Amino acid sequence: MTANAPEATAVEVVDLAVTPLRELNGRLHELARDGAGPRHWRVVNPNGAHAVACGLDAELEVEIEGHVGYYCAGMNKLATVRVHGNAGPGLAENIMSGRVLVDGSASQYAGATGRGGLIVVQGDASSRCGISMKGVDIVVRGSVGHMSAFMAQRGRLVVCGDAGEALGDSLYEAHLYVAGEVAGLGADCVEKPMRDEHVEELRGLLADAGVDDVDPASFRRYGSARQLYTFKVDNAAAY
Amino acid sequence: MSDGSDANGRPWNLRESYLFDRAVIAEIQRAAREGIYDIRGFGAKRRVPHFDDLLLLGASVSRYPLEGYRERCDTDVVLGTRHAKTPLHLRIPITIAGMSFGALSAPAKEALGRGASEVGTSTTTGDGGMTPEERGHSKLLVYQLLPSRYGMNPDDLRKADAIEVVVGQGAKPGGGGMLLGHKISDRVAEMRDLPKGIDQRSASRHPDWTGPDDLEIKIGELREITDWEKPIFVKVGATRTYYDVQLAVKAGADVIVVDGMQGGTAATQDVFIEHVGIPTLPAVRLAVDALQELDMHRKVQLIVSGGIRSGADVAKALALGADAVSIGTAALIAMGDNSPEYEREYAKIGSSAGYYDDWQAGRDPVGISTQDDELAARFDPELGGRRIANYLRVLTLEAQTLARACGKTHVLNLEPEDLVALTIEAAAMARVPLAGTDWIPGAERSL
Ligand SMILES: Cc1cc2nc3c(=O)[nH]c(=O)nc-3n(C[C@H](O)[C@H](O)[C@H](O)COP(=O)(O)O)c2cc1C
Repeated sequence: MTANAPEATAVEVVDLAVTPLRELNGRLHELARDGAGPRHWRVVNPNGAHAVACGLDAELEVEIEGHVGYYCAGMNKLATVRVHGNAGPGLAENIMSGRVLVDGSASQYAGATGRGGLIVVQGDASSRCGISMKGVDIVVRGSVGHMSAFMAQRGRLVVCGDAGEALGDSLYEAHLYVAGEVAGLGADCVEKPMRDEHVEELRGLLADAGVDDVDPASFRRYGSARQLYTFKVDNAAAY
Repeated sequence: MSDGSDANGRPWNLRESYLFDRAVIAEIQRAAREGIYDIRGFGAKRRVPHFDDLLLLGASVSRYPLEGYRERCDTDVVLGTRHAKTPLHLRIPITIAGMSFGALSAPAKEALGRGASEVGTSTTTGDGGMTPEERGHSKLLVYQLLPSRYGMNPDDLRKADAIEVVVGQGAKPGGGGMLLGHKISDRVAEMRDLPKGIDQRSASRHPDWTGPDDLEIKIGELREITDWEKPIFVKVGATRTYYDVQLAVKAGADVIVVDGMQGGTAATQDVFIEHVGIPTLPAVRLAVDALQELDMHRKVQLIVSGGIRSGADVAKALALGADAVSIGTAALIAMGDNSPEYEREYAKIGSSAGYYDDWQAGRDPVGISTQDDELAARFDPELGGRRIANYLRVLTLEAQTLARACGKTHVLNLEPEDLVALTIEAAAMARVPLAGTDWIPGAERSL
């Protein structure tokens, strides 16, 4: 252990095979309160544990060497969390700021209700990716499953592969960009023209996510038709 | 000849249908005109078996009472003793239920905080997040995690004194929320990350978990985020209460909140309010059964709501085994909602004091269920706070009076044995004997 080593270079290693999760999260939270302590952490043997590195609130780098279960990096603020493996359901749910990066794939509800920050999934994300998102940016190198961006309010979802059924159902003001096939659009979600400003927005997002091998102009843009914004009886079939 | 007439001059030989009475006729015609269901506030208006159908057995020769005003009858209760490092200590077993900023005005939320804090109890946020005013004026504040997650953020989570995972509400178990466009002010829109003026739908299911196994993991995450400090409540609308309570306990809840079908709402379809869920009375019984079966009664605390109006309701809920109750509708009424003082204003918007239930509409003349600055400014949060405190004190004094009469040194010592029922229905639902008999209908049959 290197708890008292010089902060800039020291990497604090925590082995979840021997350290209880509560202790790991507790120590990571203390850094937000005290401001001092190691900034760079490596978590080994996560073995699919739930709620790893959740509730962080400091500019930390946390590398997780392996697969994680539910709610990894849940409600993250400021920190950068990298998962060198796959992530279970609810990755970075309600993220506020900072970055959550996954080398592998993510299960359902990745980025659910996220209000800020950036999530990058190198593999695929499952169903309901970006459900109810409120400002987060999500970039998925692969494909997303059905009902992604359901009731998405704000923020941007970028899918370099395909999107499943009912993309953007009951969408509010989130921006959706998909490069591949869309199996179907949900209620009130429509394709919109990809104007220069959108190509620029997307170019910035992709660059931020470190994706440099896809052409932003090759994406299609989807958004809300805003027909369900006020409750009208003529829309009854859509509700 | 028998052709007289009633007080309204209507001839006696006219006969109103029981099935199609004037209210039913008016609703059919309204539906045909408007083409949309009726959305309103308040709780169920139909009569269902309730605490009024129970009576307490005061002490006599076989039991002796406590001396009123001399012998203590304590009222404090601790919530969240199971897992939380910092449980919630309440001086009275009556809490303020979750009501959103959005549904209620900022000064109304402030008044709830002031009143509750004065008497040592908690208030609860709602579907719309936590406002600084609310946090500032509530010594003890429960933060709700709802399916919409409007305004949810980890800073507020850490500022809260307890966390309430809302699965459902008695007024609409299985239903989502709704905040109509005219209540979406700039501030409400901003807090919820939505455009101004649109009708906001809140989801009926949580976005990132489904089912009891996920709930356990979700509760685990909330505990990890808050370093296991805060009690975690799970709130359910009363339906399959026995099973829901058992599953919530197994998922790790510290406190269970069960809200009966009479429970109030700010905006729900009338058909939902009146036809879904079971009354509070059987719900308490089923919840206590579930806890007892798991040997968790009093270890996981039970809060009951839905139609609590008086100290008698409080005492009876506690006697059936609840650890505390919470109030919504009664708190609004205590602050002046439906007061005859405003009769002329109610008449202007087509209602009347005692009938006003358009809490969804945002035109509340009292300034409680509105986001209109002018209307909200009519409401004085200090006066409102004093009324809440007064009302909570009266509820407490009444419950103590009844408990002392039953010989109890603490209101939580009231027990089912202190109760009898006035009707066969209530006897069966609350599982206490029909007054004057030892008959508990259905008791011979196990659950
Ligand atoms: C105006 C109003 C707003 C409410 N908003 C919420 C809410 O945001 N979240 C929630 O769980 N329950 C909400 N409820 C339900 C209350 O928390 C509580 O369950 C109910 O009011 C209890 O029944 P009572 O009104 O008969 O006391 C609301 C109720 C009212 C009257």
